[in-house]
Amino acid sequence: MATANETKTSSYRVIGTRPIRHDGVDKVTGRAVYGNDVQLPGLLYGRVLRSPHAHARIRSIDTTKAEKLPGVFAVISSADIDPHESKMAELGEGSVNLQYLCENVLARKKVLYKGHAVAAVAAVNAHVAEEALKLIEVDYDPLHAVTWVLDAMKDDAPILIDDLKTEGAPLPHSKGPTNIAQHIVFSKGDIEKGFAEADVIIEREFKSATVHQGYIEPHVATALWSPDGHLSIWASTQGSFTCRQQTAELLALPVSKVTVTPCEIGGGFGGKIRVYIEPIAALLSKKSGRPVKVLMNRADVFESTGPTPGSFIRVKLGAKRDGRLVAGDAWMAYDAGAYPAGIIGPGCVCVFSCYDLPNARVEGFDVVLNKPQTAAYRAPGSTNAAFACETVIEELAEKLGIDPIEFRLKNAAKEGTRRPDGPAYPVIGLVETLKTAKAHPHYSATLEGPNRGRGVGCGFWMNAGLKSSVTAHVNGDGTVTLVEGSTDIGGTRTSIAMQLAETLGITAEEVVPRVVDTDSVGYTDVTGGSRTTFATGWAAHDAAIDIVKQMSARAAEFWKCSPDEVTFDRGLFSSKSHALTFKELAGKIQETGGTITGRASVEAKGVGATFGTHIVDVEVDPETGKVKILRYTAVQDCGRVIHPSYAEGQIQGGVVQGIGWALNEEYVYDADGRMRNASMLDYRMPTAVDVPTIEPVMVEVPNPRHPYGVRGVGEVPICPPPAAIGAAIYNAIGIRMYELPMSPPKVCQAIINEASAK
Amino acid sequence: MATKTPVSTTINGEPVEFLCEPRQSLLEVLRDTLHLTGAKEGCNNGNCGACTVILNGVAVDSCLVLGVEVEGAEVTTVEGLACRNELHPIQQCFLEDAALQCGICTPGFLVAAKALLDKIPNPTEEQIRFHLAGNICRCTGYDKIVKAVQHAAQEMAK
Ligand code: FES
Ligand code: FES
Repeated sequence: MATANETKTSSYRVIGTRPIRHDGVDKVTGRAVYGNDVQLPGLLYGRVLRSPHAHARIRSIDTTKAEKLPGVFAVISSADIDPHESKMAELGEGSVNLQYLCENVLARKKVLYKGHAVAAVAAVNAHVAEEALKLIEVDYDPLHAVTWVLDAMKDDAPILIDDLKTEGAPLPHSKGPTNIAQHIVFSKGDIEKGFAEADVIIEREFKSATVHQGYIEPHVATALWSPDGHLSIWASTQGSFTCRQQTAELLALPVSKVTVTPCEIGGGFGGKIRVYIEPIAALLSKKSGRPVKVLMNRADVFESTGPTPGSFIRVKLGAKRDGRLVAGDAWMAYDAGAYPAGIIGPGCVCVFSCYDLPNARVEGFDVVLNKPQTAAYRAPGSTNAAFACETVIEELAEKLGIDPIEFRLKNAAKEGTRRPDGPAYPVIGLVETLKTAKAHPHYSATLEGPNRGRGVGCGFWMNAGLKSSVTAHVNGDGTVTLVEGSTDIGGTRTSIAMQLAETLGITAEEVVPRVVDTDSVGYTDVTGGSRTTFATGWAAHDAAIDIVKQMSARAAEFWKCSPDEVTFDRGLFSSKSHALTFKELAGKIQETGGTITGRASVEAKGVGATFGTHIVDVEVDPETGKVKILRYTAVQDCGRVIHPSYAEGQIQGGVVQGIGWALNEEYVYDADGRMRNASMLDYRMPTAVDVPTIEPVMVEVPNPRHPYGVRGVGEVPICPPPAAIGAAIYNAIGIRMYELPMSPPKVCQAIINEASAK
Repeated sequence: MATKTPVSTTINGEPVEFLCEPRQSLLEVLRDTLHLTGAKEGCNNGNCGACTVILNGVAVDSCLVLGVEVEGAEVTTVEGLACRNELHPIQQCFLEDAALQCGICTPGFLVAAKALLDKIPNPTEEQIRFHLAGNICRCTGYDKIVKAVQHAAQEMAK
């Protein structure tokens, strides 16, 4: 690839290097203040009472006994929050229906899932708060629950929301109440004609279980509702402004009356965008007149936050004998959870996004059922879809006798390819990842031994742009203080600071990045959609340009020349007869008119999508069905890499989450719709012994529309693992798995079924 | 409310006395009573390792230890790793090798790694992975953590 950015590569001084992150020392010494580390004088501890039923009407709630317990300062239920009508509030990355948000925060007439919040207590310590919860009397009228997406779509399914209307494409046979919140149809070309031309057609059905983001830090929020009516919140949130807006809307406050301070955050992956306990902490503070910290326990996290959708997907693909895909048809039903959630939308976009399909149709359903309202999880909707599409791609390649990477190369999306949902791709790097994977020694390495196999898989994520603001103050010692609103979940202070430093010709260490509260910086959307290094980095670049402009004018003043005569290159201001480094000039700005502040607010367009191609070797234990990962290589187009270590870390972390999703993680439900494994022991996430080194291979196809060529890197690495591992299992033992997770009992059962069928 | 018991112990080399209820965990005492908030609460039932401390030379989940149990004991928390203003090699290597993303698991890993290197100064990759299996990291995929521990072992051998 030879883009304008590419030719600049060698001249970068900061981008592509590996400085130590600015918040590093605080985080290795235990000093960094995470949400649960907030301490305020007079702090009370809040706990939430949650529904033991998956679906029930609330007849009554009696809090009298709890209120009388010594040490209890406030008890609240939905009676303490005014109802909202069904109205959408814009949140930047998506929007939210205020009625549903309000009822999810505190159930009103019905509980819709086990773990649904019903009431809350603030007390002198957590133990007293928990004792008080036991004294709250809730009279429930249990109803039938439904937790499997296809069951929830049936005509006789229990209905969760009586007045739910299906959004989007009309349903052919809809009559009366429904659990279908959204119906999506995308189409391109003529699939009938396409399948008629196909020499080989394969159609398969796929199930995936509900999985959780699994961040190690539980949700936590501290609120102080001051007598002057101002509400301050210290939160563990991916987006302080999004948190502010949701809380303000729910509590009917103007946004200017709410200040959200984003604490250090212990992981989010999409699950810390919607508010759960922030409004509860606020109401408890209002009622008690004291600051209140509400912390979830781990069961709360599993049962009432996240998760990402379980799904049913049917994929049919047709190809010509020469290996060209001619048609694709996908039918996809995703869990919405208790309230509409819409992750089906990106699922439908992603299912065929890696391939150039002349004829395609995608139909999707967002289905309400008795699970917590689903939330984004790293490339939301894409992993379920990739598992389905990529597995059918593998089967087609096998049937046609074509190498699986070669088959993908023949059909790979490239610049100009139009996706079934409409947009045509700008410059993308799928082909580059496929070629790099094919040439990688892993792909040609011999893999010996019984029950071992190799698989490949691809994945796609669209990434987000959205709004970011920064201000940058030039200090007299030549450093720059960079004030930003993006929660730093994985080193973005540094990746943003590096773009400012590159533009100003200073070092990363000469930038002092600060993530501040919602009163101290301009509006900034969530850290999500792999957008932070891309969009907030872009804002930092623009703020640096603003600084250069102002400093050039100062230099001109100093040198008594016209500003046009001042040039700036890599940290050096010069005119025909003078030159000053950035640092030297910074030392003189107080003599030439005072402080210089650069600022920028961007609404970043020109988002660059990201693709990955992964190779995995597995060994299957035929006795137990346990799948061991022997070797893993993840090739990804990262666009221009700003900080290689943290880009690699995103890939490695995403892959390991994908391995967990593929092999172990699932919500196990009983017949009454209760989750039976709401602990980190029973919900089995990968540990250090479960995975080998994940080798990241970064291909750089710069995004031509970003000043430094950045694409988001964080999300796509979770998409390929389930399909790639499924392919590897097939190549190891000759059995295709169509259900996630491919956990030992399921693999074992498949082996037994296969043996008895012979 | 339950009555409180006085406890005398040593934390990070300093004698410490505190009062605690019998039902309070060591994690709760460290965080809420002593304001040593470096140990994190991820699960409060021994499954994540974010609360790891060294108790009489052994890495333990402080959420599974009662405050009253540390009478006369020696406790090391993440706050006790650095020597005045000098980072411990494990801390330095975590920084240099980018072994943290969100950082919530980091105190637990640092403490668990210290307990390991105190016992086995030159562990194999397998030993590192095995000894750190009680600590969950959801962000990094473990590779950079394992490499940082190997790197620290080399530094400490110098
Ligand atoms: S908080 Fe102690 S092990 Fe998770
Ligand atoms: S760095 Fe986030 S959990 Fe380990």
